[in-house]
Amino acid sequence: MSDLKKGISRRQVIKTGLAGIVATGIAPTIITRAYGYTNEPTGSTVKFGFNVPQTGPYAAEGMDELRAQQLAVEHLNGEGDGGMLNTFSSKMLKGNGVLGKKVEFVTGDTQTKSDAARAAARSMIEKDGVVMINGGSSSGVAVAVQGLCQEAGIIFMAGLTHSNDTTGKDRKANGFRHFFDAYMSGAALAPVLAKAYGTDRQFYMLTADYTWGWTQADSMKTFLEAEGWNMVTDVRTPVGAGDFSSYITPVLQSGADTLILNHYGGDMINSLTQAVQFGLRDKQVNGKNFEIIVPLYSELMAEGAGENIKGVYGSMNWNWQLSDPGTQAFVKSFGEKFGAPPSNSAHTCYVQTLLYADAVERAGSFNPCAVVEALEDNTGSLEGISSASNKGFLFDGMGNGKTLYRSADHQCFKDVLVMKGKESPSNQYDVLEIVETTPVSQIYYEPDHEMFGGAEASLGTCNPGA
Amino acid sequence: MDAIILQILNGLDKGSAYALIALGLTLIFGTLGVVNFAHGALFMIGAFCAVTLQRILTLSFEQVDPTQKDFLGNPLKVQVPYVESWFGPDIGAFIIDWAVPLAILLAIPVMLVIGIAMERGLIKHFYKRPHAEQILVTFGLAIVLQEIVKLFFGANPIQTGAPSVFTGSFDFGALLGMPPDVIIYPYWRMVYFLFAVVVIGAVFSFLQFTTFGMVVRAGMADRETVGLLGINIDRRFTIMFGVAAVVAGTAGVMYAPILAPNYHMGMDFLVLSFVVVVVGGMGSLPGAVAAGFLLGILQSFASMNEVKSVIPGIDQVIIYLVAIIILLTRPRGLLGRRGVMEE
Repeated sequence: MSDLKKGISRRQVIKTGLAGIVATGIAPTIITRAYGYTNEPTGSTVKFGFNVPQTGPYAAEGMDELRAQQLAVEHLNGEGDGGMLNTFSSKMLKGNGVLGKKVEFVTGDTQTKSDAARAAARSMIEKDGVVMINGGSSSGVAVAVQGLCQEAGIIFMAGLTHSNDTTGKDRKANGFRHFFDAYMSGAALAPVLAKAYGTDRQFYMLTADYTWGWTQADSMKTFLEAEGWNMVTDVRTPVGAGDFSSYITPVLQSGADTLILNHYGGDMINSLTQAVQFGLRDKQVNGKNFEIIVPLYSELMAEGAGENIKGVYGSMNWNWQLSDPGTQAFVKSFGEKFGAPPSNSAHTCYVQTLLYADAVERAGSFNPCAVVEALEDNTGSLEGISSASNKGFLFDGMGNGKTLYRSADHQCFKDVLVMKGKESPSNQYDVLEIVETTPVSQIYYEPDHEMFGGAEASLGTCNPGA
Repeated sequence: MDAIILQILNGLDKGSAYALIALGLTLIFGTLGVVNFAHGALFMIGAFCAVTLQRILTLSFEQVDPTQKDFLGNPLKVQVPYVESWFGPDIGAFIIDWAVPLAILLAIPVMLVIGIAMERGLIKHFYKRPHAEQILVTFGLAIVLQEIVKLFFGANPIQTGAPSVFTGSFDFGALLGMPPDVIIYPYWRMVYFLFAVVVIGAVFSFLQFTTFGMVVRAGMADRETVGLLGINIDRRFTIMFGVAAVVAGTAGVMYAPILAPNYHMGMDFLVLSFVVVVVGGMGSLPGAVAAGFLLGILQSFASMNEVKSVIPGIDQVIIYLVAIIILLTRPRGLLGRRGVMEE
């Protein structure tokens, strides 16, 4: 009797298994073949996938991204006050969804890990049928998910990713980055630092041990050495190390008078706090005050680091204190909904979602190749830069002034903000001040620059997934 | 030389935390025979007791200050802590400043209750189950506790400062006749090391010199015989679980100024503390303490640049490497006894 039962259940298992294989494996292929591109929306709705770190050392950034993405979807669907829809230079978005379809979204947790991020993205593509993936707060994750989207035939609108590799050696035709990169941070920061701290400094670097940390360390070294500074050493630290004290204590003995922290998120809060605890900033080395620099800043990190951030230089893609109409519209709708100003990771995700929707409207299709063509555009160029590569989709009203989505590498070019921890904040959010807005001409580079994969780097061709 | 002294000092505070957590783990394992993977979460909850007390003490009411503006351009609302309005600004500020040490007073009853509730409510039901199931259920519990803390406190680390008298660092180098600023060590880390020594001493004296401790030790050696003597050993073991929770919790409270508390700090410490217990010898309290300090210091050495340049990435694997070597040469760990987990 029991044997018989087992036999039946085994058969059932095989049946269900086969059905599962058919459903997940073959059926989608048939559907994609039939329509020409992956996940073509057929009903009255279209689905976006927001893949952000909800756990891990960058989780606070990820949660802020999610708020902004939620807001972007509301604005696209005509709810709320419309935010940047009112200030964006392209007037295609009317608040009636995208191509008349109501926007829905699903979310995934990248866990700040490449494999988890790919798994979450794959599930959103295959199970939920998303046409575009946006978000993320780590370059390791961005490069991994971008590769996946390229293979799957989905558009990837990168969130916060600052490694040169994202639009450098790992650039992909289906991937787009609005956020700035490590090269731009170095180019903007170095002259300001030389002016503030002199041209004769010995710097020591602690670097997060993955693609972002490496390219940022590389960029900072190149630009600071050009200003006459000298690197003592560059120490790689594991992501999520928690206690950085054993990396910090050797700094004072090394003869360095400046510490550069190539850390982000929770790691940066810990390393900066511990460096201050060890009294680094009260010391005098080589007859100069010891200084700490955090090349990539975020409001959330600054808030987390509290007092310790005062007087520390860094750079940002965008800040809520800017006075242009786009920024004001966005800060108003975000601030009123969530009770706090948006971070620059929130901003980039919001803008990327809108830029994608706008490109779909201009292309008249969700087909990834049509969207790529619309985002590349090639009719716009930035003023004051004479280069053959200076062409792409030019837009304004999104908080960064005139911005070029360069067609050659799918990287946005715009002004960069040099920031400093405020000495006397007037409220909880007033922790950073804008020291300088570095014009885009100063941070412009060619798409075949050696830090970006040289002449070999290529976008490849767009993949619609068919 | 100076670099070596520095890394030993660095290892001491980390080692103190490992030792305190491992002590509790061993205590629970030795008495109840349970491998408690939620022990790291107790450390984390302790740290959040410090955060909570700091939040309670800085609970404020709003006063509108029309002379300043907030980020949306409305008149700024200034927060005034209740404590400052009740006791006057000076005493109020002093109490807020000392939030972390004061949090120990909050953590002791809280951790005792959480510990006993955990044991009576969940772990009790797993005594007769295999170790694998105990690990699964306690690990699951740890994840639940972690997510609850994340829900209330968010994902970023929360700065929780030590009292201002302990900010800054002590110049050890000057004491040894070296030039200034060669060997510096923050005051609070010294306090933490002393605190760990006191707690470890207290736990050992409690077990060694009190009747209660004697019964517990007897129960650890032979539970059945102690039971046959008419002693309710289960109740005493439950209390020991509570004590272990208090040790982990207070260790977490005092660690808050060193490492800003975040929801996953417990997991980071637990895995290492578990290795500490294994290296020290399952069931051996002195072994857990010795291995805690040993591995803390080794980890500090491995993060030195000189060492890392010879063997890249050694700082992330050193503890496990040492664990493998020790287990190969001394399968019961440093001070492990015959017969523990071997039946």
